[in-house]
Amino acid sequence: MSSYRIHGATGEWEVVIGLEVHAQITTQAKLFSGSATAFGAEPNTQVSLVDAAMPGMLPVLNGECIRQAVRTGIAINAQINAWSRFDRKNYFYADLPQGYQISQLYHPLVGEGYLDIEADEKAGIPVAKRIGVERIHVEQDAGKLMHDQHPTMSYVDLNRSGVALMEIVSRPDMTSPAEAGAYLSKLRTILRYVGSCDGNMDQGSMRADVNVSVRRPGEPLGTRTETKNVNSVRFVMAAIEHEANRQVDVLEAGGKIVQETRLFDPDTGTTRSMRSKEDAHDYRYFPDPDLLPLVLEAAFIEECRQSLPELPDAKRARYEQALGLSAYNAAVLTADVETARWFERLVALTASKQGKAEADVAKQAANWLTSELFGALNKLGKGLLDSPIGPEAAAELLALVGNATISGSIAKQVLEKMLETGDGAGEIVEREGLKQTTDTGAIEAAADAVLAANADKVEQYKGGKEALFGFFVGQTMKALQGKGNPQLVNQVLKAKLG
Amino acid sequence: MSVDTATVAKIASLARIKVTEADLEAMVPELNGILAWVEQLGEVDVTGVEPMTAVIPNTLRLREDVVNADPLTGGDVRDKVLANAPAPEHGFFGVPKVIE
Amino acid sequence: MTALTDLTVTALRDGVAQGEFTATEVATAFNAAVAEAQGALNAFIVTTPEKALDAAARVDADRAAGKPLGKLAGVPIGMKDLFATQGTQTTAASHILEGFVPQYESTVSQKLWDAGAGMLGKLNLDQFAMGSSNETSAFGNVISPWRRPDGQGGLDTAALAPGGSSGGSSAAVAARIVPAATGTDTGGSIRQPAAFTGISGIKPTYGRCSRWGIVAFASSLDQAGPMARDVADCALLLETMAGFDPKDSTSLNLPVPDWSAALSADLRGKKVGIPREYRIEGLNADVAKSWDDGIAWLKDAGAEVVDVSLPHTKYALPTYYIIAPAEASSNLARYDGVRYGLRDLPDHAGLQDMYAATRAAGFGAEVKRRILIGTYVLSAGFYDAYYTQAQKVRTLIARDFTEAFAQCDVILTPTAPSSAFALGEKSADPLEMYLNDVFSVPASLAGLPAMSVPAGLDSTGLPLGLHLIGKPFDEQGVLNAGLALEQRAAFTARPKKWW
Ligand SMILES: [Mg+2]
Ligand SMILES: [Zn+2]
Repeated sequence: MSSYRIHGATGEWEVVIGLEVHAQITTQAKLFSGSATAFGAEPNTQVSLVDAAMPGMLPVLNGECIRQAVRTGIAINAQINAWSRFDRKNYFYADLPQGYQISQLYHPLVGEGYLDIEADEKAGIPVAKRIGVERIHVEQDAGKLMHDQHPTMSYVDLNRSGVALMEIVSRPDMTSPAEAGAYLSKLRTILRYVGSCDGNMDQGSMRADVNVSVRRPGEPLGTRTETKNVNSVRFVMAAIEHEANRQVDVLEAGGKIVQETRLFDPDTGTTRSMRSKEDAHDYRYFPDPDLLPLVLEAAFIEECRQSLPELPDAKRARYEQALGLSAYNAAVLTADVETARWFERLVALTASKQGKAEADVAKQAANWLTSELFGALNKLGKGLLDSPIGPEAAAELLALVGNATISGSIAKQVLEKMLETGDGAGEIVEREGLKQTTDTGAIEAAADAVLAANADKVEQYKGGKEALFGFFVGQTMKALQGKGNPQLVNQVLKAKLG
Repeated sequence: MSVDTATVAKIASLARIKVTEADLEAMVPELNGILAWVEQLGEVDVTGVEPMTAVIPNTLRLREDVVNADPLTGGDVRDKVLANAPAPEHGFFGVPKVIE
Repeated sequence: MTALTDLTVTALRDGVAQGEFTATEVATAFNAAVAEAQGALNAFIVTTPEKALDAAARVDADRAAGKPLGKLAGVPIGMKDLFATQGTQTTAASHILEGFVPQYESTVSQKLWDAGAGMLGKLNLDQFAMGSSNETSAFGNVISPWRRPDGQGGLDTAALAPGGSSGGSSAAVAARIVPAATGTDTGGSIRQPAAFTGISGIKPTYGRCSRWGIVAFASSLDQAGPMARDVADCALLLETMAGFDPKDSTSLNLPVPDWSAALSADLRGKKVGIPREYRIEGLNADVAKSWDDGIAWLKDAGAEVVDVSLPHTKYALPTYYIIAPAEASSNLARYDGVRYGLRDLPDHAGLQDMYAATRAAGFGAEVKRRILIGTYVLSAGFYDAYYTQAQKVRTLIARDFTEAFAQCDVILTPTAPSSAFALGEKSADPLEMYLNDVFSVPASLAGLPAMSVPAGLDSTGLPLGLHLIGKPFDEQGVLNAGLALEQRAAFTARPKKWW
């Protein structure tokens, strides 16, 4: 159990959280029409006669939307309903041309499932936890209203109208902002692995309705509020934090919580009641008579299952067990599908360049990636996906270290130069003469010079101050401009100091 | 179940049809007449009967995910979409200002 | 020579193809007839003589060039104003769509134009197809070309209803100002007006005709179909109108049979069911007699007549008056003054006020009544008692037909409980008006093909129709039985021209 509690004036309160996540399904065309879904088009250009609800227009279902929702359902271990159907949710609003949203209330496509969030002590999640998902249904997105273009008018853009969404409804299984944040992050990770949603929260392709209630520990559920359309993990956590505290204040002052729709203001970090939606509670749902029951063949569902990639939990376990990565590295490298893809490409290339098994180079690659490359990119203010160097270039660099052409410390310099110039590792090593020297003669000459110049320290060393060995190594390496093979330098010095 | 003036007013508001007091007075007995008549369905024994979902047994076809495959149901037709608009504004539909 | 306007679709098509007359002559003759009758009958909301002439000119040019001609080449028709026609105002007879000019063509009308037909105009109807007398149009009542004989060799002056909702279609065909028209049928809107005006009309199996581009009333019931002077014309027109449309999810993906080629009035080996529950208490004596005539005619055509039972018949109308308004309340939500049609924006009105004002000003009384009923039966707390219960009873009604069709091939009933009534006679009481569809609604609820053919005149001198209901997809069986009735009824009566 989470130990998250709100300490009110009259005692402790528990928070109960459920999330309804709207995720835009990645498709070319809309759910029920052939217009495009691309982000950022000119207003009302990606609108068909169907999307504009012209008289006599009819919906025809995009199969890819169903396929992606089924794949998502399988990825969260959910029941796939071979028989489902679409219902109309009726209400009047300018962003809803039909006067109803086509959604699924009575018979959703995907039933009961779950996902696991990991323990993260630092984030306030002491133990791993399974969060139930009640259902996933497929529905239409609404259009957009612009309020700031005209003094007395709002402008309606229907480009988003009819874009396919999955609404992923969790069980009220989360009891802290951190758990809700972890759930949302994990869900986003899974959606991106599956490829059913790009997870782009700032473009609105993923947003959460946050249901929050509070209660005294052990008591029945309190009345909840729903904060709509929160569009980042951080904001979801902030909205919960604020809303839970607000509810506690209301209850402790002897008030009652009103079941209502609220809005989160990211600027103030607070929620407020959304009066414009107040009377929209009687949606008069009924089966859409323009659409027949959706019946999925077993083969369709099986194809969805077969087409799923390795999912984050499985990948993470494999990284730890088969590749020997640390738990930390495995978590970091699997948190995002693109990162994992990058890493796996790097491992494959590194192994093949060195003629080694992947398992023999994975750990080195993981360490280099999470410390060296991430660190360097961080300084440049870049992420892995906009990194100036790709897995090919990185594998070349790691191979140079692996076959002792350069040392680890030279590799750092080479990486910096690669990021700066975009040139290949081999080319930089060659051009800058950074190749590690294995010429024993040169090393001996350098060592001799160092020992001769530091005769006093040699005396001390011989007198028992063995810590000075590192000094001799350092000086010799310096004389060799860092290019001496560390093992050889060691050997030579050991021999000379006898 | 019968409806009163307040209920009819509420339904009319849900349906976004403005009604006058006089309209309401006339509508109440009319709607009650119709409702009383349809309520005879309550006497039908429907134990074990599924509500009809498709009048001719049939299921949904799935469309290919292709943009503008049929120009009649595709986008890039802003002129057509806005052709009958009461208040087209710079490519948008204009409506009275909404305060959210 | 017979006047061109007295010819059937088939005769017009053949005459044009054989060069007996040109398509332009045909269009010109009908344009003139339309213009002459428009003031009296009000059958059209807009007339489009130039469209009829354009189509005719193309047919004549094609013929001159030796190109193959379409199935309906040279035939001008009337289009119910529920079908979206590109570039021509489409209103559903509602003020809320006044001035709306679609930028698209309905699938059914497109198929007709592709077959060489031309458009004489957009036919009046009950507003949003809600009505049985064509008295709910925002563009005025349609007046039936029929009048009761006054008993002294002249005509009574009372204006009669052409039936509804396809009242403009029925009036125009009966008056011979169009050779044929399109109709739509949700609960009887093709069949009842056909019966009232002494013409034929068929509603095919649900899903045969695409609903794409037809202003929706009740999606699970709406079907387009032809209205014409005889059964052969209905078969020919329906062949052209029907067919799979990927733009309509409820469209049947089945080939369209060549119904007209297979027409046969020989019913030997066929069984005709007579549903005992249709013999309702107080059934009009003329209607009962005409039904008996029909039974005799079908026997004469070789059919065996069997009694069948459709036990849930009496619940069909109440079921319909829950389901159709429920669907309509949602289908008509799009008329909100934002994207097209009427916008009523009172001073300082917000968005929601604009909706309420627009819809109050734009919808007629019957449309509002049905939207309110539909909204009520779907609203929180009432959904199961009304809507779910109705859909369950609908299952039972459909099951009744399945069981009856285990014993027969086609079912014969009267089309309507009476002949045409006078305008204003039933418009005060909505329930009384609804009862007009008592015989036509069950087939609609079950999605079955059904047609009305003229059976004769009643004792007041007005036409009565006989109604045939077929198995799913068996339009052929319905048309064949219709042809057998038509041949034996030998219905030649036509309205005396008073306009
Ligand atoms: Mg929600
Ligand atoms: Zn939703």
